[in-house]
Amino acid sequence: MSTGVAEPEKSQALPERPKELAMHFDSLHQQYNAGKLGVWLFLGQELLFFCGLFTAYAVYRGNHQEMFHYAHYFLDWKLGGLNTVVLLTSSLTAAWSVRAAQLEQRKTLIATLVITFLCAAAFMVVKYIEYSHKIHIGAVWSSHFAVADADLPAALTERYPDIKGEDLQRMGMGTFFAIYFCMTGLHGIHVLVGMGLYIWLIIRAVRGDFNRKYYGAVDFVALYWHIVDIIWIFLFPLLYLIG
Amino acid sequence: MAGGTVEEPSSGDVIHPKVHYLNATKGLKSWLVTLDHKRIAIMYLIAVSVALLLGGFWAVLLRTELLSPGGVGEQANFVLSNDWYNKAFTLHGAIMVFLFIIPGIPASLGNFILPMQLGAKDLALPRINLFSWYLYIMGLIFFLGVLFLGGLDTGWTLYPPLSSGRPVQMSLIFAYTAVFILGFSSILTGLNFIATIHKLRPRGMTMYKMPLFLWALYATSLIQVLATPVIGLTLGLSMIEHVFKVGIFLPQYGGDPVMYQHFFWFYSHPAVYIMVLPAMGVQSELIAVYSRKHVFGYKAIAWSSIAIAAIGFLVWGHHMFVSGQSPTAGIVFSFLTFLVAIPSAIKVFNWVATLYRGSIDFKAPMIYALAFIYLFGIGGLTGLFLASIATNVHLHDTYFVIAHFHMVMVGSVLTAFLGGVHHWWPKLVGRMYNETLARICAVLVFVGFNVTFMPQFVAGTRGMPRRYANYLDEFTIFHQVSTVGAYILGAAVVIQAGYLVHSLFKGKKAPPNPYGGASIEWQSTSPPDFHNFTEEPITTGAYDFENWQYISEDEGYKLKPKVLVTRQSLSEVH
Repeated sequence: MSTGVAEPEKSQALPERPKELAMHFDSLHQQYNAGKLGVWLFLGQELLFFCGLFTAYAVYRGNHQEMFHYAHYFLDWKLGGLNTVVLLTSSLTAAWSVRAAQLEQRKTLIATLVITFLCAAAFMVVKYIEYSHKIHIGAVWSSHFAVADADLPAALTERYPDIKGEDLQRMGMGTFFAIYFCMTGLHGIHVLVGMGLYIWLIIRAVRGDFNRKYYGAVDFVALYWHIVDIIWIFLFPLLYLIG
Repeated sequence: MAGGTVEEPSSGDVIHPKVHYLNATKGLKSWLVTLDHKRIAIMYLIAVSVALLLGGFWAVLLRTELLSPGGVGEQANFVLSNDWYNKAFTLHGAIMVFLFIIPGIPASLGNFILPMQLGAKDLALPRINLFSWYLYIMGLIFFLGVLFLGGLDTGWTLYPPLSSGRPVQMSLIFAYTAVFILGFSSILTGLNFIATIHKLRPRGMTMYKMPLFLWALYATSLIQVLATPVIGLTLGLSMIEHVFKVGIFLPQYGGDPVMYQHFFWFYSHPAVYIMVLPAMGVQSELIAVYSRKHVFGYKAIAWSSIAIAAIGFLVWGHHMFVSGQSPTAGIVFSFLTFLVAIPSAIKVFNWVATLYRGSIDFKAPMIYALAFIYLFGIGGLTGLFLASIATNVHLHDTYFVIAHFHMVMVGSVLTAFLGGVHHWWPKLVGRMYNETLARICAVLVFVGFNVTFMPQFVAGTRGMPRRYANYLDEFTIFHQVSTVGAYILGAAVVIQAGYLVHSLFKGKKAPPNPYGGASIEWQSTSPPDFHNFTEEPITTGAYDFENWQYISEDEGYKLKPKVLVTRQSLSEVH
């Protein structure tokens, strides 16, 4: 190695730098703020990413109100509601984990991170149950939509005794499910990414990386997790609670 | 830190550093995992230059095919079959737009210069920066994949049902993936720039004291972060639609193709400002430095960047005047489009006012800057013809649109890119290029550009439609002149690549500030130290050229002693 040119920090007798502080920042505070601004911008990007789908939803719902009306019978608001509760709980623990990291409460930190992860996993399990049921009865996208009369939701046949699976198919019910699977699928991918991030945080928390001055990663992932949660808060009524 | 006596501004200082960022560490791996913004910028510069040559290759092929009017059927074609003609204009457009014009200036020059103009050591998020480069390279590889899988003939806009409505085609899937990935590369760069400008500005540099290049990059970054996700989503959905036959945009499955156009242009119109704003930023720097005069109307130029970014979000419908949107929407979009002309004109007038009574130095970058004003002027004014609905209906999808777009986008971005690369070349690599050759090439680029696109305006108004491999005999002269222009332009770019590479090995070593720029990056050595500055730079006015004086011994400029005193008193305060 050349003498001290590549790493002049060490040769100069500067006040000691925390090991977490990257070379181009003056203080941990500045580093934290830069990261946080980056995450907020990323969240802005996420909103616009989903915006297109919400616009598509609005256009199709405006054009085909009856289709959305019939479609909502296929979605179980109880399962959706359960998932809403699960996600809200995880948002609480995510926020709690930030507090725990700031106060250097290591056990609480690890516990809240693990609970957040488990809630995310529970959400995906419920999602799996919903998806597999729909795929099983053939309530899927576009021209693939084909539900046998026997598989129609009880609430739907009760309200409209004469309705047949074919009628729904002709009505273009597949378009609703195209939107449904795109929106919830994209959201689901975000939940999976969040789960990965929480595993990473758990590993770092167990290793003892975080302290009262360096807890940015916990904060940033929690912010991301909140936006995933907020998007679901919009998806749930728009898809499940339309009557 | 820099205690002791004030240094005299004469030779004796180290002006050619032995160790700098290029050789601080060695080996291919030290480049591939580097977090240094300067190295990432150089890697970007190489990548976008490859994309420029690749896109240019298809342009030359297209123009060659158009030398002869052809007739009916394949036999009449000159060099390309009809099928390959379609593929050639698709690849030319897609490569140039997504791989060159959009990332060109911000990712290469911006990446290098932005932290240095702030006197910072790096961008706020260096890992994100490196990650965005890898995303860019993945996008590039996917585009090469499109080529090897037999090309794509949908046009760069990838409109359904022509695109996603066809039987599953691998090259189309690759194109969707490439644009999706490149979008995220662009978003991450923008996000990083905003975070850096907000959080790493040195003490004493308020937003209004930043060089205008940074204002332009800031405005660009806002658009990148807010518009790009929409194209990511749109093309992601198109890919899902294409593979799974989901009805989102395809009418045969209950989708809406006009909605695709809305989504596509919601990004792709702001994207033209992603392309042109950084170019305008470079332009503001070049005009001021080579006029040796404080830039005229600083705040007007700064805020017009933000105004362009804001209005740019509201005009996408002017691409769809004949696509079946409502006439009311058309009128609103037409009106909003006219509004963009105001901040654009503000910039042009301020540049011209900066030139007035300046001490103009016709170095190569200045020739590019003057060419920019001319080309952007013509391109911008013809935009007004297209913004008014009545003329638009007549000119829609003709060569008039092609010429307008190339004048305003390529004319400005290419000249600013080349001008910027020449202006900062000594800083980037520490070597001087051949000034005479550079001036000749700058003039050639300007001439080539006009010869290529002026005839296209005329052909367009006479009804020559875009995207046709064959044409009526009456258009022959326009096409042939245009092709000659394209050859001149191509030759100039190739010669440039030649002398720039040559200068890397044989060029004279560059002084720290050969052109007398006053912004902070010129206070570093050429090439800069691994940490950008060996001693803390002084935050002087970005356009206070009187702080610098020419030292003939060094063939470059130095800070005047009275400014250096500031450094001493500052360090005492610390």
